[in-house]
Amino acid sequence: MSTPLLEVSGLSTSFVTDRGVVRAVDDVSFSLDRGKTLGVVGESGSGKTVLSRSVMGLLPKKNVIRTGHVIYDGVDVIDYDQKQMSAVWGKEMAMVFQDPMTSLNPVMKIGKQITESLRHHLGLDKEEANANALALMMSVGIPEPAQRLNEYPHQLSGGMRQRVTIAIALACGPKILFADEPTTALDVTVQAQILDLLDAQQRERHMAMILVSHDLGVVAGRTDEIMVMYGGKVVEHAPTAELFDNVKMPYTEALLRSIPRIENPSHTRLEAIPGRPPNLISPPKGCNFAPRCRYAQPKCVESEPPLITEGAHSYRCWFPCGTDENREALEKNMAAGVSVGISTTGGA
Amino acid sequence: MAGSGTAHLRDPEKTILRAEHLVVEFPVGSTGLKVNAVSDVSIDLLPGETLGLVGESGSGKSTTGRAIMNMPRPNSGDVIFQGKKLSELTSTELREVRSNMQMIFQDPISSLNPRRRVANIIAEPLKIWKRGTAEEQKEKVNTTLEDVGLDPSLAASKRPHEFSGGQCQRICIARALVLDPKVIICDEPVSALDVSVQAQILNLLQDMKERYGLTMIFIAHDLAVVKNVSDRVAVMYLGKLCEVGSPDRLYETPAHPYTRALLDSIPVPDPKVVPGQFARLEGELPSPVAPPSGCRFRTRCPNAQELCAQVEPVMNEVGPDHFVACHFPIHDMSKETPVNL
Repeated sequence: MSTPLLEVSGLSTSFVTDRGVVRAVDDVSFSLDRGKTLGVVGESGSGKTVLSRSVMGLLPKKNVIRTGHVIYDGVDVIDYDQKQMSAVWGKEMAMVFQDPMTSLNPVMKIGKQITESLRHHLGLDKEEANANALALMMSVGIPEPAQRLNEYPHQLSGGMRQRVTIAIALACGPKILFADEPTTALDVTVQAQILDLLDAQQRERHMAMILVSHDLGVVAGRTDEIMVMYGGKVVEHAPTAELFDNVKMPYTEALLRSIPRIENPSHTRLEAIPGRPPNLISPPKGCNFAPRCRYAQPKCVESEPPLITEGAHSYRCWFPCGTDENREALEKNMAAGVSVGISTTGGA
Repeated sequence: MAGSGTAHLRDPEKTILRAEHLVVEFPVGSTGLKVNAVSDVSIDLLPGETLGLVGESGSGKSTTGRAIMNMPRPNSGDVIFQGKKLSELTSTELREVRSNMQMIFQDPISSLNPRRRVANIIAEPLKIWKRGTAEEQKEKVNTTLEDVGLDPSLAASKRPHEFSGGQCQRICIARALVLDPKVIICDEPVSALDVSVQAQILNLLQDMKERYGLTMIFIAHDLAVVKNVSDRVAVMYLGKLCEVGSPDRLYETPAHPYTRALLDSIPVPDPKVVPGQFARLEGELPSPVAPPSGCRFRTRCPNAQELCAQVEPVMNEVGPDHFVACHFPIHDMSKETPVNL
């Protein structure tokens, strides 16, 4: 097998704040092959956005501590400065952001925003760049593309704006596309359109994609592998089908259970996860998820579980789901009257 | 609707709240044009019922919610709350009625005043309506905080920024409940929250509904969330109602092509379900300034015919407590009776 396109190993990213050091991404490793899609799932504050920005080198240098390795196409780019990175951005890695309104320049015509990177990175002249921009607008399904090139972002709907940001990201033919919650700000029908578009473009260009989302439904049908993050750490990582068939990590299980399902009858009681994500300035000593976990045992509070790897599936838990230890842990908790995981009270 | 009609309304004697032929229009600058935000929408609620109102952004679901509160008053149409026609009330009387109807908004953080303490925020409705002595008000605030799952001794003296989004939504719920309202209008109360917190808040709303005997209008764009909380669901498109029915029926056998398209767009958390196997709804919502003639959905509808451009469909019963405004509703093959156009 050839070397993977992107290999991230031991990547940690911390922010220095007045209140202490926040470890937003903690020792994350993964690799991504050409043309594959990795889903990154987690709640707000789980570190998924910081992870993708950290890999792309988009974080400020000041008050940010970044360690580990980001090996892109055989070269470690972790220590690249902005100038070196700008050769990577756009051409090799590109990003689609969550909010298409704030990621576009409101006072610049759409055409200019697309041709900017074409002229900068590919050195095209004005005419070639314009022709390219038109082709891109068509490929992302924008009606009346020639006219749209002369319009400003506010003249487009949310879905159209997101198509424009995708066109900008695709402009220089990146090998990896980071899509950071690309559909969170959009309606469900438009979300479906945009996800289909990303799928189609990815297949056509044989691009690798990292699809970041808080919605397991969004990543389920569209990824090869899924990485679940919690408190800055990868808590479970497995091929998509394996993850859904054979959940090991109680956090992933809890996330899946808390989703309202369309196939359930109405008024089905949801299994909420009590409490809130950990404080990353002074994270708990043991497992990050222990305070919210229905299976938590004294061992979980005392020592942090390592990342356990079984074939392609890895997870961080002392009492993984589907094992006898897990069942015993739950029975013990039930017997002791601890009903974490199904209560609604507790501070959301 | 996307037509008009009132076939889906029930016996007025039994309903607690009834909105008939609501129309809300906003002028577009001084151009003389107007945004047809809500065009002839009628809904009703039985006591203790939850009505889910779904649709995309721009479908007019939030405006409908506000029009029911008469905030602002609708351009035409009537809201009848407990036998009173709100359009006939003076603004003083309207204020009094509104204390029985409360709203919960989408963004919990921006709907709380950041400079005030939680206890003050929740006590304000009581102070405005002079309910009880200061002592009693404090007591009421504390019990309400407890009801929504916050510890009064810790929460009461803090300010909103010290809470997470989910906790802020609990505070908003407490503020809405403190006057013991009859009706609560929830406008996308969970769409700003993480899925794990969303489940907490949905469960909380369900508990509060039972404890306080509430009737609820639940506005959301997420069909799965709406199904979970609702007794009846109304689907809106571009200011009109498309389909009304019990959630189990409406989701099982949607009769309106728009409802079908919405259901097909939902991402399923199961890798075995291949996305994109259904035809996608093409394009986007037309402009509400110049909505399409006839059925407003016809420009995106896969089944649209000549008739759809000419005649606006009206609400028709297609099954028990299942109504649809469509000339060519999706047939349930097991049903023999043709749909009466």
